[in-house]
Amino acid sequence: MSSTHEISRRQFLISTAAVGGALVLGFHVPSRTAQAANVAPQPWTPPVEGGQEVNAWLIIGSDDTVIIRVAQSEMGQGVFTSMPMLVAEELECDWKKVRAEYASANRSLRQNRVYQRMATGGSRAVRASREYLQQAGASARARLIAAAAQQWGVPASECKAENGTVVHTASGRKVNYGAVAAAAAGVKLDAEPAIKKPEQYTLLGKPQYRLDVPPKVNGTATFGIDVRLPDMLYASVMTCPVFGGKLKSHNFDAIKSMPGVKAAVEIPNGIAVVADSFWRAKTALEVMPIEWDLGAHANVNSADLQKLFRAGLDKEGVVANEKGDALTALKSAAKVVEADYEVPYLAHATMEPMNCTAQVTPERADLWLGTQNPEGALTAAAELLGVAPDNVYVHTCFLGGGFGRRFYNDDVKQAVTIAKAMAGKPVNMIWTREEDMRHDFYRPMAAIRFRAGLDANGVPVAYLNRSVTHSILSWVRPDAVKSGIDSSSVEGLANTPYAFGQYRIEHLIQNTHVPVGFWRSVGGSQNAFAIESFMDELAHAAGKDPVEFRRMLLKDRADWLLVLDTMAQKANWGKPLPKGSAQGVAIFESYGSVMGQIAEVSVSKKGEVRVEHVVCAVDCGHVVNPRTIEEQMESGVAYGLTSLLYGQISIEKGRVAEGNFDTYQMLRLNAMPEVETHLALSGGDKWGGIGEPSVPTILPAVCNAIFRITGKRIRSLPLSSHDLSWA
Amino acid sequence: MATLRVNGKTYQVDAEPGTPLLWVLRDSLGLTGTKYGCGIAQCGACTVHVDGRATRSCVLPLSAVLNNDITTIEGLSPDIEDPYMQHPVQRAWIEHDVPQCGYCQSGQIMAAAALLARNRNPSDNDIDREMTNICRCGTYRRIRMAIHRAAELSKKA
Repeated sequence: MSSTHEISRRQFLISTAAVGGALVLGFHVPSRTAQAANVAPQPWTPPVEGGQEVNAWLIIGSDDTVIIRVAQSEMGQGVFTSMPMLVAEELECDWKKVRAEYASANRSLRQNRVYQRMATGGSRAVRASREYLQQAGASARARLIAAAAQQWGVPASECKAENGTVVHTASGRKVNYGAVAAAAAGVKLDAEPAIKKPEQYTLLGKPQYRLDVPPKVNGTATFGIDVRLPDMLYASVMTCPVFGGKLKSHNFDAIKSMPGVKAAVEIPNGIAVVADSFWRAKTALEVMPIEWDLGAHANVNSADLQKLFRAGLDKEGVVANEKGDALTALKSAAKVVEADYEVPYLAHATMEPMNCTAQVTPERADLWLGTQNPEGALTAAAELLGVAPDNVYVHTCFLGGGFGRRFYNDDVKQAVTIAKAMAGKPVNMIWTREEDMRHDFYRPMAAIRFRAGLDANGVPVAYLNRSVTHSILSWVRPDAVKSGIDSSSVEGLANTPYAFGQYRIEHLIQNTHVPVGFWRSVGGSQNAFAIESFMDELAHAAGKDPVEFRRMLLKDRADWLLVLDTMAQKANWGKPLPKGSAQGVAIFESYGSVMGQIAEVSVSKKGEVRVEHVVCAVDCGHVVNPRTIEEQMESGVAYGLTSLLYGQISIEKGRVAEGNFDTYQMLRLNAMPEVETHLALSGGDKWGGIGEPSVPTILPAVCNAIFRITGKRIRSLPLSSHDLSWA
Repeated sequence: MATLRVNGKTYQVDAEPGTPLLWVLRDSLGLTGTKYGCGIAQCGACTVHVDGRATRSCVLPLSAVLNNDITTIEGLSPDIEDPYMQHPVQRAWIEHDVPQCGYCQSGQIMAAAALLARNRNPSDNDIDREMTNICRCGTYRRIRMAIHRAAELSKKA
């Protein structure tokens, strides 16, 4: 009888480390001699001393330790801290006694989706789960009070909760949560308590240190790639280098006597070699004779794709938004400005390459991986195995980067296929960096055209925009593609807030054989570059200051103006700078947040670009952890800047040319600008996301500065493909 | 069978002499704190100390380090769980909330610790030059601040 879940619980030992008095979470690398044990019928029973589950979201220990379950995946965006903060705000426990652990997708499935949304993406963690997480904490608090009140024989209304204790105000009697947690679990409330409004917050809005940091500085944090289980094997995989191609044949006999090699297993469109160590699996796979059926796209090159997208710009697209008759208005404009922008495919390039550990036995299947989609992983595995989802368990690990990559379960399907062939042994399947970079779901390629007419006063009276974009939703959610428009492709274009007078915004889907997916900030990643660069071109043609030009066109949008004015003030917009340096501005809304960035850039005469300083102003409505806001501003700037300076995935003979960081370059510390973050919060009912909005704006902000210095307008990316020298 | 000295202990290892140290550490010894990011010494996630020097272990064959003292992230501090025994770099990393996803950070910390061992008061230019590890989450600003803080903490010690 297999007993893998209990192994995983023990092996993911929760350790505590006191850091200046705060109790924080650590995950241990398991002992290699860990013994198997029976699986508990409800394997999510708490491991903490005297732990009592008060509701599905939290467990209270006899020492008042509170374990809060997190349904989203920690990939650096801080959810392992911010989600517990939302619960703890209502619970009135001691924050220093809070630990976090991942919620179980299997349990959620069995208990009517008790953990609600378990997917991580769309910068939605806080705003999608805030209310029910607060409710979970409030409900538990009310039950703890009721339980204590009952024990004392006093009305609950005479009691209050503070810092992990219940107090009967009149008599001063106190009891700690741990002592009444068991009773609280059984309490049925007449009515659920109301949750706090932001004005009442005492914990939220204050900077907190992240709970996952200590294990990430001492090597104990367990990422998917680090999972170690008894009798575990390793697999290295290769799929057909040309998208759409297949495996034709392979010769396992040629490698079967190499050290440690166990098997070759066919996977969708490819092949895996299984061995007793990753290096042995990888080196054996590299020399195994393999024949591919390259399929129909083996002659496609980037130049062919570029022609396709450019041709699309001359076709009439589907109207996404329009007002009046922009084409006619354009004819009578005093000045017409036209520009086409192009962007390439981009790879996610998470630091941790794709991997998944799977174990398949007659009784159950277990997956260990960093995933942004544990429910999807579970269902994909169940479907592939033809078993009931009830018997599939997903053990989410820390993600070494997500950015939208760890969503599609391609890793799961491979790992499960391999594990199924290995007679109940767990298999840790790892992609090489080359496999990872060449088998991504890329940020779409796009071509975007603008034509605008200005009147004699430099005011836009006509605006036409046509985007030709490879569509993500065409395969991820085909029913969401309405009338030929992929809504993710036109983010920030179809709903631009600028008051252009008469406008016509069109869109055309242009798909290719290259797989595409959600890449941090999705449509914004290409659309902000295009529209905010074009806004700069218009301002220039109108003879107006770029910030003033935008202010004129945003006069009815108080929230955008707040961000615009905040960043202009904080960056001292218009300050004198030496020749060779300039400021550039960009403002864009995504995921419910308005983001503005002013970049101060230097370009040497030879054309070397240096981004010196970025001032960010953001309206995300409210803030849970201010530290996370700053961290994500810097993070998005780095991610976006990398794509601006270097990002390009080229297709040669149907396959991705780049394979590693030597050819797909990354921003390093010496090129990281100074970044300032300023909040311009409108509050009220607004709750915006923060994981992605800081990515789109850095590209046009920098390009607009480059124009001011060099006179060269950037209309295609990356910058490394341009000569930016100037006289 | 090869003999390897890691974090002050001696291990017997069954791996081919050409196996990169990275994979010996991770798969033969179960020390998974050192990470695989690229395999071509471009990213630095695999950084360990070989006789105190920061070295990218993904391209270093086992046969080349049989007579050396190797330190991994797990061995940087005498007591892995007691924060007060932690290396100044680790304490500074916590003070500045440096890691985000955290995958690159073992390598960053090992690189920073080696830098500080050679240069007790690195300038920003020194840091620019020596800290070439990739961080995809962009924690570079906090890495820089934490290195300065670690230099301060080392002085106090």
